Amino acid sequence: MSTGASSGGPVNRRHFLRQGARTAALAGGGVLLGLLVGRTSARGTVWQIDPQKCVRCGNCATSCVLKQSAVKCVHAFSMCGYCQLCTGYFEPAPNDLNTGAENCQCPTAAIRRTYVEDPYYEYTIDERLCIGCAKCVEGCNQFGNGSLFLQIRHDRCLNCNECAIAKVCAGDAFRRVPVNQPYLLKAISH
Amino acid sequence: MTTPGPRAAYWEYVDSLVLATALGTALWLIYTRRSRRGLIALSIFSLIYFGFYRKGCICSIGSVQNLAMALFDNGYAAPVSAIAFFALPVAVALFSGRAFCSGVCPHGALQDLILVKPLKVPTWLEQGLSVLPFIYLGAGVLFAATGTTFIICQYDPFVPIFRMSGRTFMVLSGVALLVLGMFVGRPYCRFLCPFGAILKLAGTVSARRVRVTPDLCTQCRLCEASCPFGAMRTPETGRPAPRDLPSERRQLTLALMVTPLLIFAGAWGGLKFSPTAAMLHPSVNLAHEFLANQGKPAPTGALSPADLELQRARQNPRETLVASAKVQHRFDMGTTLFGAWIGLVIGAKWISLRLRRTRTDYEPDRGDCVACARCFDYCPNELVRRGVISPVKEPATTTL
Repeated sequence: MSTGASSGGPVNRRHFLRQGARTAALAGGGVLLGLLVGRTSARGTVWQIDPQKCVRCGNCATSCVLKQSAVKCVHAFSMCGYCQLCTGYFEPAPNDLNTGAENCQCPTAAIRRTYVEDPYYEYTIDERLCIGCAKCVEGCNQFGNGSLFLQIRHDRCLNCNECAIAKVCAGDAFRRVPVNQPYLLKAISH
Repeated sequence: MTTPGPRAAYWEYVDSLVLATALGTALWLIYTRRSRRGLIALSIFSLIYFGFYRKGCICSIGSVQNLAMALFDNGYAAPVSAIAFFALPVAVALFSGRAFCSGVCPHGALQDLILVKPLKVPTWLEQGLSVLPFIYLGAGVLFAATGTTFIICQYDPFVPIFRMSGRTFMVLSGVALLVLGMFVGRPYCRFLCPFGAILKLAGTVSARRVRVTPDLCTQCRLCEASCPFGAMRTPETGRPAPRDLPSERRQLTLALMVTPLLIFAGAWGGLKFSPTAAMLHPSVNLAHEFLANQGKPAPTGALSPADLELQRARQNPRETLVASAKVQHRFDMGTTLFGAWIGLVIGAKWISLRLRRTRTDYEPDRGDCVACARCFDYCPNELVRRGVISPVKEPATTTL
């Protein structure tokens, strides 16, 4: 009589199969990890907007997963013309060149206009109010120097796996940048 | 202009460390303390930290996609935290079962904590729905590997709840799953979660397993209906009645023979599905829009985001079409494999339903058990261990 059907037999076989599968999974996982770690940048990446590709479509204001977008307008003062008639600040056909809401591009009055000397004015962004709608950016790009532009503010950005704005970005301007250079700034050299 | 440093970079390491600590704590609570109460506390912590504080956006469930994208896209490197959030729970599951699901995953914790009155899901429905996570996993990998979109993140039902905001569809599906979750134990974990599918496979071959009883199963059947997640298995001889043997063999043979056919059918169907799936990719979509609008005058006045996108394509028509063709080619390969994967998953499920296993004790299924520790409370041996009840004395056999 064969003793193949002894009670220990099948249990041992199952145990062996399980151990084999586990070892295989560990080996596979190890190879996978090796591949990934070899390619991962030491310090990871974050999302950022390339201001050269941005087409000012307005999706940044509405598509971020945060209630108030992590994208804000920033100002490169070195590029700014300090215009009295700033097309980023004023509506295309303002009634008057003053800070009245009906004359302004910004829907939340996030741009502060301060007098420097005749005929120059300085424009600063109040980031608490800015919603990243890019209306001022469009205005500044049409007639000005393009010193106003959008950037993801990393004190607010959650660095989502998949950036909800990047998905709908009309200019394909979103990309992942190295963590140690998290901003793509505009500037001119003097 | 200020340039505040990325918060995200610093959090990567904090999150990975918290994850490792939480996993260690879960293992200790499951195997050493055998404490349901401890796991509830851990669940609440995970829910608050990974869920509401970190807003659910470093999560193992989505990390699969980062890895898939990093493998197939040369321009993308997976962040350290994504690798840690994928590898640590899987490694733990290979050795000790799904400790991650028990009280570390905020999604699991949320569903576990709101469970009020678990109803038993009919076996046919449970078995049928249990292939969904594997298919969802395949779809997630397909769309991430082609660089299209992270669908697992996009359609995550609980992240809008952690963030208290989100798209209408996501919020509605989250609320619906929460309501369902009050009566069906962990519906997302069991019937959708793609990471759960991976952990299920890893748990099936795990070295250590969750046992209902601390020492000996007396087969008292008190734990039989204790599992709200349908993971409890009853003892089986592993041997059918002699009369059923030929028909069971026939059915198993049928399943084994049909599975390759399913795989081929799936691959064929997948290839047919490729152009439709590729439309989800922005490049392909843009190329289609571009071709559809060729010859039409450029819109004037205030431009919508779609108009601006079209304008970009018109400036660079050749680049647009080449990029689209490249993606389409990737999709042909990807959807074929995805279709074959669906066939394989269904076939494997079918085969597994036709197999018989030997089991002497009441025990949770290695793959399905999420180590919630509920069944421990039902075991009289466990209660003796804790000193809640005293061991039954052997009836005195003194001579008269």
